[in-house]
Amino acid sequence: MAERPAPAPREGDPRITPDLVAEHGLSPDEYRLILDAIGREPTFTELGLFSALWSEHCGYKNSKPLLRTLPTEAPWVLQGPGENAGVIDIGDGNAIAFKIESHNHPSAVEPYQGAATGVGGILRDVFTMGARPIAVLDSLRFGSLESARVRYLFAGVVKGIGDYGNCVGIPNIGGEVYFEEAYEGNPLVNAMAIGLMKKEELIRAEATGVGNPLLAVGARTGRDGIHGATFASEELSEESEAKRPQVQVGDPFTEKLLLEASLELINSGHIVGIQDMGAAGLASSSTEMAARAGTGVDIDVAHVPVREEGMTPYEILLSESQERMLVVAKAGHEQHVIDILNKWELEAAVIGHVTDDGLYRVRENGVIVAEVPGQPLVTGCPTYVREARESDEIRRLREWTPGEAEYLPAASHPLKILQRLLGSPNIASRRWIYEQYDTTVRTNTVIAPGGDAGVLRIRGSRKGIAATVDCNGRYCYLDPREGAKIAVAEAARNVACTGARPRAITNNLNFGNPLKPEVYYQLREAVAGMGEACRAFNTPVTGGNVSLYNESPSGAIYPTPVVGMVGVLDDVDRHVRMNFQEQGNAILLLGENRDELGASEYLKVVFGKVAGAVPHLDLEHELALQNVLVELAEAGLLRSAHDVAEGGLAIAIAESCIANHQPLGASIELTDRLPIASLLFGETQGRVVISCTAEDVMEVNRIAERCGITCRRIGTVGPVNGSFRIHSAAVTIDTPVSELAEIYYTAIPRMMPAGADHA
Amino acid sequence: MRVAIVVFPGSNCDYDCFKALTDVMGAEAYYVWHREHDLKNPDAVILPGGFSYGDYLRAGAIARFSPVMNEVIEFANAGGPVLGICNGFQMLCEAQLLPGALVRNESLKYIGHAVTVRVENNETMYTNAYEKGQVVTYHVAHGMGNYVATPDTIRQLEAEERVIFRYVTPEGQATPEANPNGAMNNIAGIINERGNVLGLMPHPERAVEAILGSTDGVGLFESMRKFIEDGVAVRGEPVRQLAGVR
Repeated sequence: MAERPAPAPREGDPRITPDLVAEHGLSPDEYRLILDAIGREPTFTELGLFSALWSEHCGYKNSKPLLRTLPTEAPWVLQGPGENAGVIDIGDGNAIAFKIESHNHPSAVEPYQGAATGVGGILRDVFTMGARPIAVLDSLRFGSLESARVRYLFAGVVKGIGDYGNCVGIPNIGGEVYFEEAYEGNPLVNAMAIGLMKKEELIRAEATGVGNPLLAVGARTGRDGIHGATFASEELSEESEAKRPQVQVGDPFTEKLLLEASLELINSGHIVGIQDMGAAGLASSSTEMAARAGTGVDIDVAHVPVREEGMTPYEILLSESQERMLVVAKAGHEQHVIDILNKWELEAAVIGHVTDDGLYRVRENGVIVAEVPGQPLVTGCPTYVREARESDEIRRLREWTPGEAEYLPAASHPLKILQRLLGSPNIASRRWIYEQYDTTVRTNTVIAPGGDAGVLRIRGSRKGIAATVDCNGRYCYLDPREGAKIAVAEAARNVACTGARPRAITNNLNFGNPLKPEVYYQLREAVAGMGEACRAFNTPVTGGNVSLYNESPSGAIYPTPVVGMVGVLDDVDRHVRMNFQEQGNAILLLGENRDELGASEYLKVVFGKVAGAVPHLDLEHELALQNVLVELAEAGLLRSAHDVAEGGLAIAIAESCIANHQPLGASIELTDRLPIASLLFGETQGRVVISCTAEDVMEVNRIAERCGITCRRIGTVGPVNGSFRIHSAAVTIDTPVSELAEIYYTAIPRMMPAGADHA
Repeated sequence: MRVAIVVFPGSNCDYDCFKALTDVMGAEAYYVWHREHDLKNPDAVILPGGFSYGDYLRAGAIARFSPVMNEVIEFANAGGPVLGICNGFQMLCEAQLLPGALVRNESLKYIGHAVTVRVENNETMYTNAYEKGQVVTYHVAHGMGNYVATPDTIRQLEAEERVIFRYVTPEGQATPEANPNGAMNNIAGIINERGNVLGLMPHPERAVEAILGSTDGVGLFESMRKFIEDGVAVRGEPVRQLAGVR
């Protein structure tokens, strides 16, 4: 590169010192790389740019080498990782864009706005692909609800997600939540959005066409969220509270207008690219769009509409004010873009243009304040393979095996255990949450939250899509590789239970500080396990998010690689629900029961123990199980299907009874020669409780056996408000199902008295 | 039947109304942007649900001042059918086309779930296809659906049978448990004196297809169609029992 004069120091900007570099989260080695890349000392503005773009959040420096090992391709994948969102082809000319993203750190200090803006950001990622958002899902982790602080966080996060999505008018169709001490100081808030588009409407976030104008669109830029990306790349501490001003404030009304305006822009033919100004705001959106196209950009921050006076170039570039977009228009079409934005009562301003010199040039009233080569800024972030070592303590926990003491309570007090598990916040009904969400707006919702997966019909076709988010962090803690595999398998199973064929995933890797060998080990192993399962199921990863440094003074969170899976139903009328439908239907079990009690909710609830081997996972068996479920659904043989997960077989059967407006009874006969604890409450994988008419039992059995899946009848659906009865050689449970329903539905509301959000 | 659906910045049920009318009812529907001044000669006007202007002040409070509202009020005053659903109901109250107001739900939480409501009066242009006392399932999705009015207004609404929908148990009882938001007298929907302006909190447009879980909303749009196209008499006239609607 030719020598270029350095921009003159800007009046008022601090001098570059080692301390200032460190404050920007850059190591001395990284700083040396920056010096090499630009051939001189950076200006304050340039240092800010590198700090943001080279943060973990934007640069993936500790995860990229691992992420490269994940499968990303399949014939139906139209867009893999690297764009605003992944896109898959679902046939009939339709495509689905989807992605998950975390807002953990902001939510830890400001739950309402942190969660709300998380939803806003992920919606923008989807509609900037040209897709209209049609659904939101949420994956949440909190500490124990015994803590008032946790109740405050939980209530605030749920309200934030609800208020934002409700206002924009996007239905929430599913989610998951776990309460574990490991998340006490560092809750997880992951939001997934799904959008629908015509295949040909796919637009990429590229700044192509030298001379094309760049426009800042939507809300004005303020001082909120400056260095949010850097904040998200460090551990939470006592001082994190002081970073509350770094949390952005959401405005869903503006988002709704921006959504409509953006889709109109994309359809208008006046623009060539569009990207959300998300993490690291204008800096990352403009540099990334240029880098993808191999171009440069020239921006004058004085033209960016701002909310307050006296903002510096540094602040304008790094602001994370919400509901803003960067648009690259076709030259000469600027006014059309501005007119469309004005129609939606929004602003648009030309702030620069695309260049051919590959430089990222920023001016303030014409004076250059930053001028660096764009590629190193976006792709030059060094990546690291860290030292990995399994924690001895965790290995010892995994190697622990339950003894007689642990098996005993299930055999002596099976009903009491069943009741306690049904009332555990990790199992009890999530109705308290999803009743604060609009689940039916846009009138496509076929299966709303509360089922194994949400299902939407696709208008103008026979098809439907199913979606779910899943991850058992406890399994991942005890065994990250197997735990991540199980997360993928459970997500696929949940999707298949509705009759949909699993197609692709988006992942949200929530981990602690990767510089700790024990944490990096978890990250490495989990990514390996996830890749293995995705390859086995042919459900590639189309994008996602990495959230590291999820630690509080009390330690790291459980490794939590959340899987957001999308599947397709060829005939949405053949969708299957998780609840039993009718008295007299046969109840069957797909898969086999085993003596596996490790890592179970049973051990946690009864003994406060998080230990033991995680359940064994057989990927081939899982795939066969998915195939059986889809085939049975397509043949119209299933009246219900529900995955056996936390709490085991007894809980799965009970949930299928309870998840009715008026609960249905069930009568179950189990002949397995297994310890009662494992039989009723063990979490052996690869099992699904299904129901069908008595006449169809033979046909169901035949199809299952042909696919190599054990299938046997275990009972019969009982009458409305009847008895819930499980009988085996060693034990009998017999209780009114309405009492179980009462426990299941009131557990969380009981823990969340009115006003918890104002704690 | 030609229906104008008014779109405000922040409306989000406009599309659902449009689809219910066109795809399910086979009616003609079109959008009217809130800044326009021409309703384009509709048979009926719908103010859809959503969060007009973000509802940051009071639900419907700003939308009431949208340019198009002048034409909507004129249309209503001339006897034209105006249906306000959810946010649209809130706007009708703000515009004083309907009495009372909708305030924050008693729980202070947004609620989104199925409810059962009872058709209290089937002698209206919106309910003639239902039976009197029929219990129907709709969805509610609102943060401010708690209907309040002065005791005199409530008495008058009740006396004049202008409470059209009331929250009830599936068995048809108007109990406190059946009331999702604290609305006075379990009121879910009311009509104006003249019988041409209806506001209701639940969403009939979301209950028009079996795959969505309920077809009970069809009756409301069918009632409008019967009134507009077939001239089915309402108020004081014997209402024809319309077979095959549900």
